[in-house]
Amino acid sequence: MAPHDIRRPFKRAAISDQQKRRELSLLRQAQNRRDAQQQARCLASSILSLQSAAPESQPEQSDTEIETVPESEQESEAFSKDLDVRQASKLRGPEVRKWFARQLMLPEWMIDVPDRLAQDWYVFARPAGKRCFVVSSNGTTVSRQRNGSILHHFPSALPAGAKIRDGSGSAQSYCILDCIFHELDQTYYVIDMVCWNGYSLYDCTAEFRFYWLNSKLEESGACNAPSHYHKFRFSAVPVYNCDSSGLYSAYTGVVPYAKDGLLFYNKHALYQTGNTPLALVWKDENCSQYVIDTDGKGEIPSQQQVVLELQDDRKLVTSDDPPVLFGCLDGDIIEKMGSLRRLI
Amino acid sequence: MEVTQVLFNAQSIDGTVRKNAEESLKQFQEQNLPGFLLSLSGELANEEKPIETRKLAGLILKNALDAKEQHRKFELVQRWLSLDATAKSQIKACLLQTLSSPVFDAHSTTSQVIAKVAGIELPQKQWPELIGSLLFNVHQIPAYAKQATLETLGYLCEEVSPDVIDQDQVNKILTAVVQGMSASEGNIDVRLAATRALYNALGFAQANFSNDMERDYIMRVVCEATLSPEVRIRQAAFECLVSISSTYYEKLTPYIQDIFNITSKAVREDEEPVALQAIEFWSSICDEEIDILEEYGGEFTGDSDVPCFYFIKKALPALVPMLLETLLKQEEDQDQDEGAWNIAMAGGTCLGLVAQTVGDDIVPLVVPFVEENITKPDWRQREAATYAFGSILDGPSPENLIPLVNVALTFMLSALTKDPNSHVKDTTAWALGRIFEFLLGSAVDLPIITQANCQQIVTVLLQSMKDTPNVAEKACGALYFLAQGYEGEGEPSPLTPFFQEIAQSLLTVTHREDVGDSRLRTAAYETLNEVVRCSTVETAPLVLQLVAVIMMELHNTLESQKLSSEEREKQSELQGLLCGCLQVIIQKLGSSETTKYAFMQYADQIMGLFLRVFACRSATVHEEAMLAIGALAYATGADFAKYMPEFYRYLEMGLQNFEEYQVCAVTVGVVGDISRALEEKIVPYCDGIMTQLLKNLSSNQLHRSVKPPIFSCFGDIALAVGEYFEKYLMWAMSALQSAADLSTHIAGDDELVEYTNSLRNGILEAYSGIFQGFKNSPKTQLLITYAPHILQFLDGIYMEKDMDDMVMKTAIGVLGDLADTLGNHASSMIQQSVSSKDFLNECLSSEDLLVKESAQWAKLAISRAISV
Repeated sequence: MAPHDIRRPFKRAAISDQQKRRELSLLRQAQNRRDAQQQARCLASSILSLQSAAPESQPEQSDTEIETVPESEQESEAFSKDLDVRQASKLRGPEVRKWFARQLMLPEWMIDVPDRLAQDWYVFARPAGKRCFVVSSNGTTVSRQRNGSILHHFPSALPAGAKIRDGSGSAQSYCILDCIFHELDQTYYVIDMVCWNGYSLYDCTAEFRFYWLNSKLEESGACNAPSHYHKFRFSAVPVYNCDSSGLYSAYTGVVPYAKDGLLFYNKHALYQTGNTPLALVWKDENCSQYVIDTDGKGEIPSQQQVVLELQDDRKLVTSDDPPVLFGCLDGDIIEKMGSLRRLI
Repeated sequence: MEVTQVLFNAQSIDGTVRKNAEESLKQFQEQNLPGFLLSLSGELANEEKPIETRKLAGLILKNALDAKEQHRKFELVQRWLSLDATAKSQIKACLLQTLSSPVFDAHSTTSQVIAKVAGIELPQKQWPELIGSLLFNVHQIPAYAKQATLETLGYLCEEVSPDVIDQDQVNKILTAVVQGMSASEGNIDVRLAATRALYNALGFAQANFSNDMERDYIMRVVCEATLSPEVRIRQAAFECLVSISSTYYEKLTPYIQDIFNITSKAVREDEEPVALQAIEFWSSICDEEIDILEEYGGEFTGDSDVPCFYFIKKALPALVPMLLETLLKQEEDQDQDEGAWNIAMAGGTCLGLVAQTVGDDIVPLVVPFVEENITKPDWRQREAATYAFGSILDGPSPENLIPLVNVALTFMLSALTKDPNSHVKDTTAWALGRIFEFLLGSAVDLPIITQANCQQIVTVLLQSMKDTPNVAEKACGALYFLAQGYEGEGEPSPLTPFFQEIAQSLLTVTHREDVGDSRLRTAAYETLNEVVRCSTVETAPLVLQLVAVIMMELHNTLESQKLSSEEREKQSELQGLLCGCLQVIIQKLGSSETTKYAFMQYADQIMGLFLRVFACRSATVHEEAMLAIGALAYATGADFAKYMPEFYRYLEMGLQNFEEYQVCAVTVGVVGDISRALEEKIVPYCDGIMTQLLKNLSSNQLHRSVKPPIFSCFGDIALAVGEYFEKYLMWAMSALQSAADLSTHIAGDDELVEYTNSLRNGILEAYSGIFQGFKNSPKTQLLITYAPHILQFLDGIYMEKDMDDMVMKTAIGVLGDLADTLGNHASSMIQQSVSSKDFLNECLSSEDLLVKESAQWAKLAISRAISV
C-alpha cells in the first residue's frame, strides 16, 4: 500500500479548453435538439387544431363546448395565422405594417348584457394608451401600433427579447403580446397573450390565455423595473370574474394606470383577429377620461367632433375604437362623392 | 508440468525462451484452469522454491482474478466462481499458509491475491472463515506474519464494500488494526502496515465513529501515530487524518484543536512528505466546507444535511500565517517541472481554498504580507507575495478586491516585464489571469479595464508571450481570461481594436522553436479559440481571414511523410489543436446568417482537410475532427449531403470505437447534428447507423456513458426521417423498453443516480423524437401498442421521486408528445395515468422554467387529445 497521491492542480485553469469545446458542442446539440423538437411541437399543434375542426370530429364535442368552438373556417384561419407568425417576423417595411395591422382582436361596444355574464365573462379596467402588438424574437423586441407602425424597438426580458449572455434564446422562440402602452409610467400593460416562447395561443380559450399570461409574464422577469437589457416594464392588469364584486372592483378599483373603459372577455373565446362580439368594451365618465373630447386645457369644447369612416360595403361608422355603426349610405350619395372615400 | 522451470523461463532475458514459456503457461491455463491455479498457489506456498518464481506465480494468480477493464473483470469473476469447489479451497488454504512465510515477496504478493479472492467471494457469502483466520493470524508471534496479515486486511478493505462484512467482524478488524498501530507495538513494520490498513478500513468504521468512546480511541491512536519516530508511519497517520477529514467531517469538533497543533508542527518542522499530508488535511477540510456552504447557498434542504462547523473560519488567524510561511519555501525552477509538488505549492493551493471557504475574512490577513514582501530584493519574497495575492482573488467579494486590484495592476504589469526573476514573472502572469478570470464580467460594476489601461495590458501580455515558455504560457492564460471577460457582452469590447494584433501574436507563439516541449502551443491555440469565441461582429471579417490561415496550418501537417511514432503522435496532437480551432471558428461564424454565408465558400476545402486528417490514421478517427464536422454539418444544413458518401465510413468507424469511448460519444452527437442537417436525406445511411447504434447498446464493452446519447440520437433520427423510422421501430422500442425497465428504479450512490437520470433523459428524448417524427403520418397507429408501457414508465419514474429537473422536463414533454400524436386514441389511457394528474400538476408549479414550459405544452396537448 503505497502513499496516496495528493497532488492538486497548481496554477492551472480548472477546465481545459478541449473539455470546454466538448461541452459547448453538447450544449449546441442540446439546443438544436430542443429547437427541432419545439418546431415539431408548434407545427404539430397548429395542424392538430386544423384537424380537430374537421367535420367528422364535430359530433363528439360536448354541448357546452359547441357554442364556443368556432367554425372550421375560423379555425383554419387561425391555423394559417399561426404559420404566418414566423414568416411575418421576417417581413420588412410596409408589408410587415400591413400584416400586423390586421392581427389585433377588437372588441365591440357593449350595448346589452350578455347571457351568463357572471359565469362566462371576465372584466378588467382597460388602460388608457396606445394599443399595440409587442413581438419579441431574435434577441430584440418591437412594439407595433394598430396601423402597423413601430412604436418602440427595444431589449426586453421577454423570451428572445434581448441578446443576453447565455445565448439560450432559441431560433424558433418568439412572443406576441397584445398590449396597451401607458405613457405616464412608460409601462406596457399586457391585456392578452397571443404567442409565448414559440407556443401559439391563438386557439386557446381566454381562460387559458389569461392563466398563462399571469404565470408566464411574472416569471420571465418582464415585470421587473427597467434595466440595461430590459428597457420598459411590463405589467399584467387585474382581471376579475364578472360577478357583482368583480364588476365593482374593475369599475371603482384603484389601478396604477389611467382607465379607459372596461373590457369584457368571454372566457371560452379564442383569440380572433378583427372585431368580435366575444370581447366587449364599456365606457362612461366614471371609468374613462375619453368619453368626451377635451381641449389642451382639459376643458370640454362647445362642440364635439366625430370622425366618420365610410367602408367599402357602404357602411358608415365612427372611427372610435371600437367603431359605432351609424347606418348604410345608398349608391346615389356615393356616386356624388366620386372617388372620395372619406367624410370628415 | 514442471511449473518452476517455466516460471523461471518466463523471466529470461532471452526473448525466445521467454516466449516459449509464456506460450506453455497459456496452454496450461487454457487446458486445465484449476490445475494451473493450484500449481501456481503451490509454487507460491513452497518455501523451497526460489523467490523469483514464487513472486511471478503470485502475480499470475492475481491477474487471473482481476482486470482493469470492466467486462474482462466480470468474466474473470464468473470464471472463478464456477471453478471446482475442492480446487478453490485447496488454493485458498495454500494462500493462507503462505501469509506466514518469512519471505517478504511471498507473503506480500499473497496478501494481494487473498484480497482479490475475498473481493469475489465475500459478496457471494463464500469463504466465511477468512476473516476469522486472518484475525487469528494477527496474534501470531513472528512479526512478519502479523505484518502480512494486517496488509491483507488493508487490501481486503480496499476490495470489498463495507456492507459485505457484518458489524461484529468490522469491530474485530478495527480492534486488530488499531492495536497494531498503537505505540505499544514494538515492530515498526507491523505498526506501519496497521496504519496503512486503517486508511482503507476507515470506510468500514461508520458505526464506530458514531460511538464516542470508540471514536476517541481511534483518534487518539491516529494522533499518536503522527508523532512516531518513523517518518513513513507519521506520513501514513496523516493520510488517515486526511481521509477522516472528508469521511467523518461532522465528528471532528472535539479533535480539531489538537489536530491543528499537530498539523502546524508538522508543516513547520517535519519532512516534506509528512508536511504535505498535514497541509492536505486543511485543504480537504476546505473542500468539505466549500461543498456544504454551496449547498446552503442553493437552499438545499435534505434530511442528511451535514452542518458547517466553520473550522476554517475559526482557525483562520493561525492557519493563514502558517500557510503564508510555506509560500517562501519555493524550489528553484519548479515552474519548469510539470511533475513538481512541494510544500510551497501545497500551501499556496490550500491558501486559495481557504479564501474560497471564508471569503472576505481572509483579505486583512493576507494584504499586510503582500505589502511587506512584494518589493523585497529576495525573489522568494516577491514571488510569495504575488502568489498570496493571486490566491485570494477567488472567494472574497469583488467590492473588497477591486480597489486592491486597481492599486496593484500597474505594479504587476511592470513586474511582468521588468522583474529579473522568471519565477516572479510566471506567478505575476498567473495572478493577472486570476484577476481577469474572477473580477471581469457584467456582474461587476467597478471597472478594472478602462480605455486608458487596456492598450497597456494587451501590450504587456503580448510582449510576455516572447518570454520563457512557462511565462509565455501563463501570459496566454491571462489573455484567455481577459477575452472571456467580454464574452457575449453585446457592447463593443475594448479588445476589438487589438484583435488582429492578438491573433497574430498567438499564431507567432505557435511557431516558436521551443514550443514543442511545453504546454505553450496548446495554450496559444486555446487562447486563440477563446478570443474568437468572444469576438464581436466588428471583427467577424478578421475571424473569416483566420479560416484560411488555420486551414493552411492543417494542410501543412498533412504533407509530412514517413513519421516516427513519436512524430506521428505530435502531428496528431497538432491536428487536434487545429481542428479544435476550426471547430470554434465554424461555430462562431455559423451562428449568424451573414457570417455563415461568407464562411460557406470554405466549406468544401475544410471538409476535404478533415477527411484527410481521418485518413492519417488507420483504425481510429480523430475526436477533434469529428467535433468540428458536427459544427460544419450544423452550419451547412441540407447541403452536407454531398459529403456523406465519403464521410460515412469515418462516421461508422467512430461509432465502432469502443476503446476511446469519448470518440464514440462525440460521433453519436455528430449523427444527431447530421440528422438535423440532412433531415430525410439521411435515409440512405440510416440502415448502417441504426444497426451500429443498436449493436453499441447491446455491447457490454462500450462505456456506459455513451448509451444515453445513443438513445437521444434515436430521437434525432426519428424526428429527421419521420415515418421512415418504422423500419427500426420494433428494435428501437425494444431497446428503449428494456432500458426503461432498468432505469425506473435506482439503487445506489449519487453517481448511479446521476447516470440513471441521464439514461432516463436519453430514453425520453428518443420517445419524444419518435412521437413527433410519426406525427401526421398514417402510421401513427403503430405507436399505440407502445403507449401503455411508456405511460407506465412515466408513472414509474414519477413515483420514484428521484428524477432531476432535466428528466422532469423531458418526461412531461413526452406526455405531451404522446397526447399530441396519438390524440383521442390514447385519451382514456392518458387520463388513467398518474402522470397526467399529479405529475403534470407538480411540473406546472415547478420553479424550473423549462419544466414549467414543457408541462404547459403537455397540458395543452392533453386537453386537446381529451376534448377531440
